[in-house]
Amino acid sequence: MKKKHRRNTLKNMLLTVLSVLSLGLASITGAQTLHRGIGGEPGTLDPNLVSGNWEDMVVGDLFLGLVTDAADGRVIPGAATDWTVSDDGTVYTFHLRKDGKWSDGQPVTAHDFVFSLRRVMDPQTASTYAYILYPIKNAEAINTGMIRDLSQLGVRAIDDYTLEITLESSTPYFLELLTHYTAFPIPKHVVERYGKDWVKPGHLVSNGAYKLVEWLPQTHIKAVKNEWFYDADHVAIDTVFYYPTEDRSAALKRFRAGELDLNYEFPIDQYDWLRENMPEETVVSPQLGVYYYPLNLRNPKFQDVRVRKALSMAINREVITDKILKTGEVPAYSFVPPGIGDYRIQELDFKGMPYNKRLEEARKLMEAAGYSEDRPLELVLRYNTHDAHKKVAVAVAAMWKAIHVKTQLLNSEVAVHYAELKEANFEVARAGWVGDYADPQNFLSLLEPTPNNYGGYNNAQFNALMKQAAETQDSTQRTRLMEQAERIAMDDYATIPIYYYVATNLVSQKVKGWVPNVLDKHRTRWMSIER
Amino acid sequence: MLSYAFKRLAQSIPTLFIVITISFFLMRLAPGGPFDGERKLPPEIEANILAAYNLDKPLYWQFFDYLGGILQGDFGPSFKYKDFTVSDLIWAGFPVSLELGMWAMLLGVVFGVSIGCYAALKQNTRLDYLMMGGAMAGIAIPNFVMAPILTLVFGVYLSWLPVGGWDSGAVANKVLPVIALALPQIAYIARMTRGSMIEVMGSHFIRTARAKGLSERKVVRRHALKSALLPVVSYLGPATAGIITGSVVIEQIFGIPGIGRYFVQAALNRDYTLVMGTVVFYGALIILFNLVVDLIYGLLDPQIRYDD
Repeated sequence: MKKKHRRNTLKNMLLTVLSVLSLGLASITGAQTLHRGIGGEPGTLDPNLVSGNWEDMVVGDLFLGLVTDAADGRVIPGAATDWTVSDDGTVYTFHLRKDGKWSDGQPVTAHDFVFSLRRVMDPQTASTYAYILYPIKNAEAINTGMIRDLSQLGVRAIDDYTLEITLESSTPYFLELLTHYTAFPIPKHVVERYGKDWVKPGHLVSNGAYKLVEWLPQTHIKAVKNEWFYDADHVAIDTVFYYPTEDRSAALKRFRAGELDLNYEFPIDQYDWLRENMPEETVVSPQLGVYYYPLNLRNPKFQDVRVRKALSMAINREVITDKILKTGEVPAYSFVPPGIGDYRIQELDFKGMPYNKRLEEARKLMEAAGYSEDRPLELVLRYNTHDAHKKVAVAVAAMWKAIHVKTQLLNSEVAVHYAELKEANFEVARAGWVGDYADPQNFLSLLEPTPNNYGGYNNAQFNALMKQAAETQDSTQRTRLMEQAERIAMDDYATIPIYYYVATNLVSQKVKGWVPNVLDKHRTRWMSIER
Repeated sequence: MLSYAFKRLAQSIPTLFIVITISFFLMRLAPGGPFDGERKLPPEIEANILAAYNLDKPLYWQFFDYLGGILQGDFGPSFKYKDFTVSDLIWAGFPVSLELGMWAMLLGVVFGVSIGCYAALKQNTRLDYLMMGGAMAGIAIPNFVMAPILTLVFGVYLSWLPVGGWDSGAVANKVLPVIALALPQIAYIARMTRGSMIEVMGSHFIRTARAKGLSERKVVRRHALKSALLPVVSYLGPATAGIITGSVVIEQIFGIPGIGRYFVQAALNRDYTLVMGTVVFYGALIILFNLVVDLIYGLLDPQIRYDD
């Protein structure tokens, strides 16, 4: 007994010496630590409940979906090595990698995926983003409580390493969808043990390149390399700190002082200074998003297509992007942003016209519609409280003044703004959409009868084309159908696109492997620190 | 005095109840809900979420449910920070705000009172003007201007101190936020002390004390200071409650994990439970500190007795 005790003490001492040595070694070999500002405090790290891109920056490092994002945003195999798709495009069979492990060493199996997807769809989970996976068979019916039996969901484990997902109908962008955090697996064995508390540090196990160590609210989240990750040998950064950098100016100071290596966004009003003083580290890149003004088409004022056309024509988008915003935004003449595969964006017909001519024609259109200097069209333009939105609104109001429109500006904080948009309680409003996945459908569906169709655009021909596209297997043919649909919406002047978003990031020179991409997704596993 | 304290604490219960009731219903009157965001949720998803948080129940039901929870010390889950309860967030943030606030208040009292007294005794000299000019500037420069200047000078240019972050409470991380918090307090307390000191120095009992032949030093220390500090003490109660519950501005700028930021953010997010939690907490602190102030008054002012 005594001897054993002594041996244990010896063993402990040896272990201590070893760990001290390894610590020393780590500093000699240069353990890499990344300090990332993510722009906000995550509300949750449960992939089933996450709803924001700042949360995705952490969750996407911790968890690995069936497919995942490469450094440049391409879809590449993740937890699945390969897959097959049935001829009608409705059944996907994924082969999971046999060396996929949770951070506690347990294998990642098809059952974990089944468990996670059922949990997302369970109405009791109350997942905000569940609807994004409605293409899965019975998903919508389960999530809305029409079907109570979760096992009816079109997801099943054929064996431990084979997962079959059946869809309602062919969904050509389904693989893109699977990169979304709602489709990440969660560890069945841990969730069943801890219930809601499984996400707490100490409980949470993950299957991605990193595992959670601590979370101090409003301070940082710390994650370290997951030694069970199948590709751990190629993960360069050992420790990641995520900071909730809500105050962009404060984040910039911390970045300049070397306390942050990366920061999501920077203070826009300091862009000129940044471009002058740290051009290499100020990264502005195109993003898959559009800033637009929906017109409330239920309002009689907008029944006349001449009025809609004139309002859109009179907006000088180049002035807004180059003179007002000045952060590299691109003027938008289409609703779908450029940069999605071989999709050809459909632009408003007046794009090529010089602005003076456009303004003149817009004025004529308004006069033909019965408006004049003495009898102007009176509009209320709503925007949510934000410096940039205000500047754009003021500029647009001034541009519209030249075509006999009297605009009244109305601002409210964001929660109120969107509550009013939901109620269709607006005339013209500011809105924006950033793509969840790189497919035109993600944008065009905003003009179909869906909840986010604020303006209430409803064109039978457009809807029919979108429906036809959804049923088309051939990706080229499908793309052409969506192009036709967008053409119709553009010729209807259904909504007013103003500019395409850009992603703004601060990236330290010593961070390598950070690649700009249209979805602005940057997984830490691809990065390294150069001394 | 003890029975007085108990009586006051008992009286605070209806006060808190009124505070809770008013803020509960005011919060619900505000348009927009905790789950309204940039994107409109499909109605069925929204229904699921509302049901999960009992927001689909009648308002009076939610109110009594909330009161029942509070009685058991349960402030409910945060709507926005889903992995935490409101109590988790308050107890994680409060020690940080408390520590910063106490240091700032200590600096405020020590420097504020000293400067104020000194200026009063040197009334209308150059030194007095200089110090009061400085104090006026301290009050006039808001801390959202002062804090970035401090970080820029000491953090970015000189690299002496960290620009932000908390680093589990390292001393270096506290210096700038404490100074930024303390400066306006020093200024305010100095002005208040000076004013009341000048008034007291002109009063009859000081004349009597001088007539007895006491040294000027004794007159100030033993007689004048006590009376001159009365308004400062009554200011300290609510000011301390305010400062130890954190400053939105300072916490944002320095990235400090206190609870100050929740006051504004929770309201903007319509995070009902977190708003209520902070309101109840703040309300209770104000009541407590006002009581403490009244008790200290008894010690300072011989005209006040709590014995009956």
